[in-house]
Amino acid sequence: MVMTVASVALPVHEKLFIQKNRILPPVLSESAKRVCIVTGTHGDELEGQYVCFELGRRLQNEHEHLNGIVDIYPALNPLGIDSISRGIPMFDLDMNRIFPGSEDGTSAEFLAHSIMQDLVGADMCIDIHASNIFLREIPQVRVNETSAEKLLPYAKLLNTDFVWVHEAETVLESTLAYSLNAAGTPALVVEMGTGMRITKAYGDQLLDGIFALLAKLDVWKGNVCPPKEPVISTDGEVMQVSSDCCGIFTPCARHTAHVQKGEQIGTIFDPLAGEIVAELSSPCDGLLFTLRDYPVVYDGSLIARILGGAV
Amino acid sequence: MKVETLFSTKSCYREPLRIEGYRFGSGTKSACIVGGLRGNEIQQVYVCSQLIRELKELERRGAIVKNHEILVVPCVNRFSMNVGKRFWAVDNTDINRMFPGDASGETTQRIADSLFRQVQGYSYGIHFASFYMPGDFVPHVRMMDTGYQTTSLGSLFGLPFVVVRKPRPIDTKTLNYNWQLWNSNAFSVYTNETDCIDETSARQAVTAVLRFLTRTGILHYNCHSGYMASVIQEDNLSTILTDAGGIYRRHRHPGDAVLRGDLMAEILDPCSGEVLSEIRSPTDGVLFFAHKAPLVLQNTVAYRLIRRMRGSF
Repeated sequence: MVMTVASVALPVHEKLFIQKNRILPPVLSESAKRVCIVTGTHGDELEGQYVCFELGRRLQNEHEHLNGIVDIYPALNPLGIDSISRGIPMFDLDMNRIFPGSEDGTSAEFLAHSIMQDLVGADMCIDIHASNIFLREIPQVRVNETSAEKLLPYAKLLNTDFVWVHEAETVLESTLAYSLNAAGTPALVVEMGTGMRITKAYGDQLLDGIFALLAKLDVWKGNVCPPKEPVISTDGEVMQVSSDCCGIFTPCARHTAHVQKGEQIGTIFDPLAGEIVAELSSPCDGLLFTLRDYPVVYDGSLIARILGGAV
Repeated sequence: MKVETLFSTKSCYREPLRIEGYRFGSGTKSACIVGGLRGNEIQQVYVCSQLIRELKELERRGAIVKNHEILVVPCVNRFSMNVGKRFWAVDNTDINRMFPGDASGETTQRIADSLFRQVQGYSYGIHFASFYMPGDFVPHVRMMDTGYQTTSLGSLFGLPFVVVRKPRPIDTKTLNYNWQLWNSNAFSVYTNETDCIDETSARQAVTAVLRFLTRTGILHYNCHSGYMASVIQEDNLSTILTDAGGIYRRHRHPGDAVLRGDLMAEILDPCSGEVLSEIRSPTDGVLFFAHKAPLVLQNTVAYRLIRRMRGSF
C-alpha cells in the first residue's frame, strides 16, 4: 500500500511526494510491531534502492510469514536522486543535518519534520546509506556511542562485516538517526558500498540481516540465515590514511583485505610530470574497511580506514 | 598594509589555492575581518575589498591606534568562486561548516583548520556572511547565543538590528560560533546581497565596520553615529510561509513597515498567470527577511517579520 508521507508543491505544476510502501501482515494484531526501512536521504547514495526493492518483493512473495508492519521509504530526498545531487536541489544544507526538522522552517525542514512524525513510534528504523562517490565502504552499522548499549544487540543482527561505534559530536545531533533515538525510536545507520552505484552482493548481505532483525522483533516468521558475527570497532582502533599531496590515486590493496603494517595501499602520481609523488602504506595491521574509489586527490583526501588491533 | 599568504594548497590542474590576508597596524591582535568563505559570496568579497582600500588610506594617515593590529581576509574560497560554485568545487562541502577544522581531516577541514589558526586570538572577529535561504535581509549584525556573546558590542556597528540566534547543531561548525568559543567576540554582518553587488549596502557595511573599530578604540575615524540598534532574538521573529508553489511576485521589501492585512506578495500560476495565493501580513511590523527568487515552492519562508510592540517604532 503506497502512502504519501509528505508533499510540497513545486513552482511549475508538479508536486514533490515522499512516499512509503506499507506492507501489512495477513492478520494485523494490536500488538504488531512496526519496522521502518528508510534510504535516499542523500541523492547520490543508491545502494538502498536495491534493498528496498528486494525487501518489498520478498515480503510480498512470502506474505504469510509477515507478522508485523514493514514501512519502506526508498527516497527521503526524491529530487536529489532524480537530479543526481547529494543534497536537496536549491537547498544549501545537508538533509541529514536538519532533523528533527521544523513545521515553520523552510520546505526542506518541513519535509524533515513530516518524515520524523511518520517514523516516531516505530519499533525499529534502519537508515541505509551508501558512501559518497569518493569512498567504498564495507557493509557496516554505525552507532553513536551515546546509544550503543541499547542498539548494539540489534546492530549485530544486520549481517554486516563491521559495527562502528563512533564518538558523539554535536553536529551529528541533527541526523535522522540521532533525532529518532533521542525521541525514543531506535534507529540504526547502515553504510555500505559507494555513491552512485549499486553493489548487489552488499544489498543481499544486508537483506539477510534485515530478515534476521525482523525475526528477532517478531515481525517475520519465515526462514532466516544466521547473521555473521561482525567486528566491533571497540575491539580495535580505527586508523586512517589521508593524502598529503594532490594527484591521482590508484590502489594496490584490495578493499576488505586484512593488511599488514607497512603494506602498500596505493600510489599517487602526477600525470603531467610522469612521476609517483606518494606511496601510501597501512599504519597498522587490520581490516581495510574503507578505500578510496575516486582517483583525483588533494591534500587531506581520505584514502583508507583500517580497523587495527584485535581483529 | 602587508599582504601575506595565510595558507596554500596545491592542485594537480590549477594554480595553488592561496588564502591572502591584508594586515594593518601592529601589536595586539585586535580585529579580524573575513569575507567570502563560499564561492558565490561576491558581495562579501567586494565589501572586504572596499574596507581594505579604506584601511590602507587610514593607515597611511596614521589613523590606526598604536598597538592594534587588524587582519582582513577577503576571499577564502577563490577555487569555487572562479568556477561558479558556492561550495568546495571538488566535493561540494562547505568550509563554513568545518570550523574549527581538523589538521588531519579532509581538504576543507584542513583549510578551516589553517585559516582558524590565523584568525583566532583576535579580540573581535567579524564575518561577512550569507544565509542558507534565498532572500535578502535588512542589514544587521548576527550573534550566536553561546553564553559568551555580548550583544551591547553588536550595537556598536550602528546597524539597525542585532539578531541573537540560538545555535542549532549545524551552527556549531561555523566560523562565528568557533570564534566565540575561542574567546573572540564574534559578529556576522549581513548585507542585502550575496552573488551580486549592492553598492548601497556594501558602503553601509564598510562604514559599520569602521564605526565599530572606532568605538572599540582601534581606529580614529569620523563617521555619523548610525542607528540605535534593536536587539532581537531570532526565535521571536514571525515566519510567514508560502501556501503554494509558482512564480513569486514580491511587493514588499526588507525594512518596509507593514500593517496587518497588507498585501506583501503574490504567487502566480507559472503558465496561466492566475493568482494562486496572496501573502498578507498577519500583524503590524517591519520586514526583516524577504524571499527573493522568482520561483517559489510551497512551504517556503516568504518573510520573517519583527512584530510591532505597543509603542515601538
